[in-house]
Amino acid sequence: MTATGMGAAVRRKEDHRFITGAGQFVDDINRPNQLYACFVRSPVAHARIAGIDASAALEVAGVVAVLTGADLAADGMGGLPCGWGIHSKDGSPMVEPAHPPLVTDAVKHVGDQVAVVLAETRAIARDAAEMVEVDYEDLPVVAGIEAATAEGASEVWDEAPGNICFDWEIGDRDATEAAFAKAAQVAKIDIVNNRLVANAMEPRAAIGEYDAGRDEHTLYTTSQNPHVIRLLMGAFVMGIPEHKLRVIAPDVGGGFGSKIFHYAEEVVVTWAAKRVGRPVKWTADRSESFISDAHGRDHITHAELAMDDDGRFLGLRVSTRANLGAYLSTFGPSVPTYLYATLLAGTYKTPAIYAEVKGVFTNTVPVDAYRGAGRPEASYLLERLVDRAARVAGLDPIEIRRRNFIKPEDFPYQTPVALEYDTGDYDASMDKALELADYDNFEKRKAESAARGKLRGVGISTYIEACGIAPSNVAGALGARAGLYEAGTVRVNPTGSVTVLTGSHSHGQGHETTFAQLVSEALGVDFDAVDIVHGDTGKVPFGMGTYGSRSAAVGGVALVNALEKIRTKAKKIAAHLLEASADDIEFKDGKLTVSGTDRSVAFGDVALAAYVPHNYPLDELEPGLEETAFYDPKNFTFPAGCHICEVEVDPETGVVDVVSFTAADDFGRVINPMIVEGQVHGGVVQGIGQALYENCIYDESGQLMSGSLMDYCLPKADSVPDFAVTTNVTPCTHNVLGVKGCGEAGAIGAPPAVINAVVNALVDLGVDDLPMPATPQTVWKAMQAAAN
Amino acid sequence: MSITVSLTLNGEAVSAEVEPRMLLVQLIRDKLSKTGTHVGCDTSQCGACVVHVDGRSIKSCTMLAVQAEGADVTTIEGVARDGELHPMQAAFREHHGLQCGYCTPGMIMSALDLVKHNPDPDDGEIREWLEGNLCRCTGYQNIVRAIRAGAESMRSGK
Repeated sequence: MTATGMGAAVRRKEDHRFITGAGQFVDDINRPNQLYACFVRSPVAHARIAGIDASAALEVAGVVAVLTGADLAADGMGGLPCGWGIHSKDGSPMVEPAHPPLVTDAVKHVGDQVAVVLAETRAIARDAAEMVEVDYEDLPVVAGIEAATAEGASEVWDEAPGNICFDWEIGDRDATEAAFAKAAQVAKIDIVNNRLVANAMEPRAAIGEYDAGRDEHTLYTTSQNPHVIRLLMGAFVMGIPEHKLRVIAPDVGGGFGSKIFHYAEEVVVTWAAKRVGRPVKWTADRSESFISDAHGRDHITHAELAMDDDGRFLGLRVSTRANLGAYLSTFGPSVPTYLYATLLAGTYKTPAIYAEVKGVFTNTVPVDAYRGAGRPEASYLLERLVDRAARVAGLDPIEIRRRNFIKPEDFPYQTPVALEYDTGDYDASMDKALELADYDNFEKRKAESAARGKLRGVGISTYIEACGIAPSNVAGALGARAGLYEAGTVRVNPTGSVTVLTGSHSHGQGHETTFAQLVSEALGVDFDAVDIVHGDTGKVPFGMGTYGSRSAAVGGVALVNALEKIRTKAKKIAAHLLEASADDIEFKDGKLTVSGTDRSVAFGDVALAAYVPHNYPLDELEPGLEETAFYDPKNFTFPAGCHICEVEVDPETGVVDVVSFTAADDFGRVINPMIVEGQVHGGVVQGIGQALYENCIYDESGQLMSGSLMDYCLPKADSVPDFAVTTNVTPCTHNVLGVKGCGEAGAIGAPPAVINAVVNALVDLGVDDLPMPATPQTVWKAMQAAAN
Repeated sequence: MSITVSLTLNGEAVSAEVEPRMLLVQLIRDKLSKTGTHVGCDTSQCGACVVHVDGRSIKSCTMLAVQAEGADVTTIEGVARDGELHPMQAAFREHHGLQCGYCTPGMIMSALDLVKHNPDPDDGEIREWLEGNLCRCTGYQNIVRAIRAGAESMRSGK
């Protein structure tokens, strides 16, 4: 291992600008002569728009325009597309309602955008937006899954009877029924997966700019995938050819999924900039983010697990209703289907699985991917159910897992729900976690807690996830309407420094460091001589962006493949310079040497020869040293691991204190352990947030009750402990790096570990279930109910 | 109506015409073009906008620009001196106390004020002090580690 190569905890290149205040986030960018946009958003959850009167707003000094959906339609702008199509059991396609960037007929949720005010300052735009009078005629509201699926519920869309978008299934129903018929014992559970808001610390923002001389549009946006936005917005909404539309996602302040999607505001600022002939800038307030960023999770599920006498799993059946919100967000339908139910095998050899999922429309903000996207929902369901199964079967939670794990010799393992796991060692990860958590001495610690009047509990989860999405042909067969490869270009500059153009996008992940490590390792160039460029469709050839823990497993592999092309060409150039055969050239530590001799040339000299080709094999080789690779993965990757949480519950108040948290994860090979550990920390805290603090609450009329950071409880520094984190490595078998991905694991493994721990703390009181978030009130009530 | 406000920003005398309702953070970002100070919420929860006013850390979204008349304001851009990182900045890098970097300026400004009050804070004191600073990326552990290390460097005068 070199000091800056694969496996080294290199300090991050990107940090300098962030710690000195020199980062450049979208709201830090100002364009000459720009206007400020403020959106007029619906204050009600469902209403017909009888009229819009902007006359008072237009009279405000400094207001340049008030634009509505009618203006947008008159200019031929389309609706926001959905990027994944789902088919119901009966083969019919999902209901796909129109999703206009500015609503004309009826608003469908609080926050739905109705008009936009353009003005000389932010404050004027905001003042004027409050003066736009919209005549709303109220319509009946369904603000949650239960309300929307109740008998006689009002409908969000006429074309979706019963508010059902799709009624989808996966697995073998008959085989699963047969498994239940022969079961000796069955564990059952009803689970609600609470609705969450990603709350990246940087609110979304967008700036549209139009160059009339060149007929070119530029959009600056807080996106995890600028090329995807260019494709969706250019081709499906605005009819702008890709060579006339540049999308720039500069420094982006966290995403966690919420910045994957193509949002209405991106269309409106791009369109308005051309219409009024001036750049248009919009930045969300946090309260606006709550009612316009796509939300996450929000499932109601009933599940049953059939077991034989020994507690071996025979069959699993799952019935889920998933809230999609009022509109289909970009990848909304894929999350509770192919990213969820395909993970229901977990780490276990359950021979028969059947799951059905109803996608439900409600008068709420659209729901889409949030850190983990479907996989946390699957993991939470399964790991809670397995704990309950342990109690039903009279087994220890560790033993029931061991008994049912897929074993190392079973790989590759085909699950009953479409996926083929390539590799893993679940016992080894669990053993590591148990040791690190000092699990054997838990009872001693429990007694110590009891002596202090506290109830101590321990909880475990052994999760799996599917990352590195995905083979494009497989995803396409399942309904994806885009490819899922990644692109990377390596540009060796004439003096030997290296510029990498990657389609992956970093919004905290540290690609400028980890990708430079890969370059340093492959070419032997100085780490500081490598620059990573991302986030600009005007610079980067193509890319699908960063989500689903795919940067290393897909983008990193594309980069390594491009580096291999560079190495091959460099050897040919060196062979010419050294008058040897390319087959005899060894490329190591930045030097190209004729094998078995001391004749060598430095990589920098090879680069110079490529750009100053005076002594160069021009008949056989093009000058220059720049290579691009597109990589389409052969399979998903399957990170897995074991998380163990210990909590203390105060029986007087119901307050839950996470006293320790241990994670042993298998991410395959690790490029930078410091960065991986940071990803685990952040993911675990978001998982603890879901389990104990965060909840997105709508009232019956569709008002978001937890619509600010005063009401929506994010974990704080004093809410969480230090974590014990380790890895157990089984390299991925189908990519050259052997990497699997680490970004989402914490958010997937933590919620069931935490809730299993709280239930464990209270089980002697007769509490067998707790909803998330397990707030003091929730816990206290559960204790009272059990006591009575 | 606009009012002229004059103050010292990172050691330099500056003045600007502002509306009476303009927030200090808007003055710093929009009028004085120092964009290292960030806005992450609208309810004074997140702490991304923390700056020093007359030596005390404050949330610049919670103070009017006109209230800073005559004040000595330091933002993240004023922390490094002569191209040398402040030990607290260096500690954030060394201990991976940041990921996306959005909350980072506020964290560092807040940490500097903590160390001023308490040169040798323990983990619990650091976590408690950060009550008004939210981070969504790091899980806080490495921020706490960074602040402890930064405080140590400052004590030893490194």
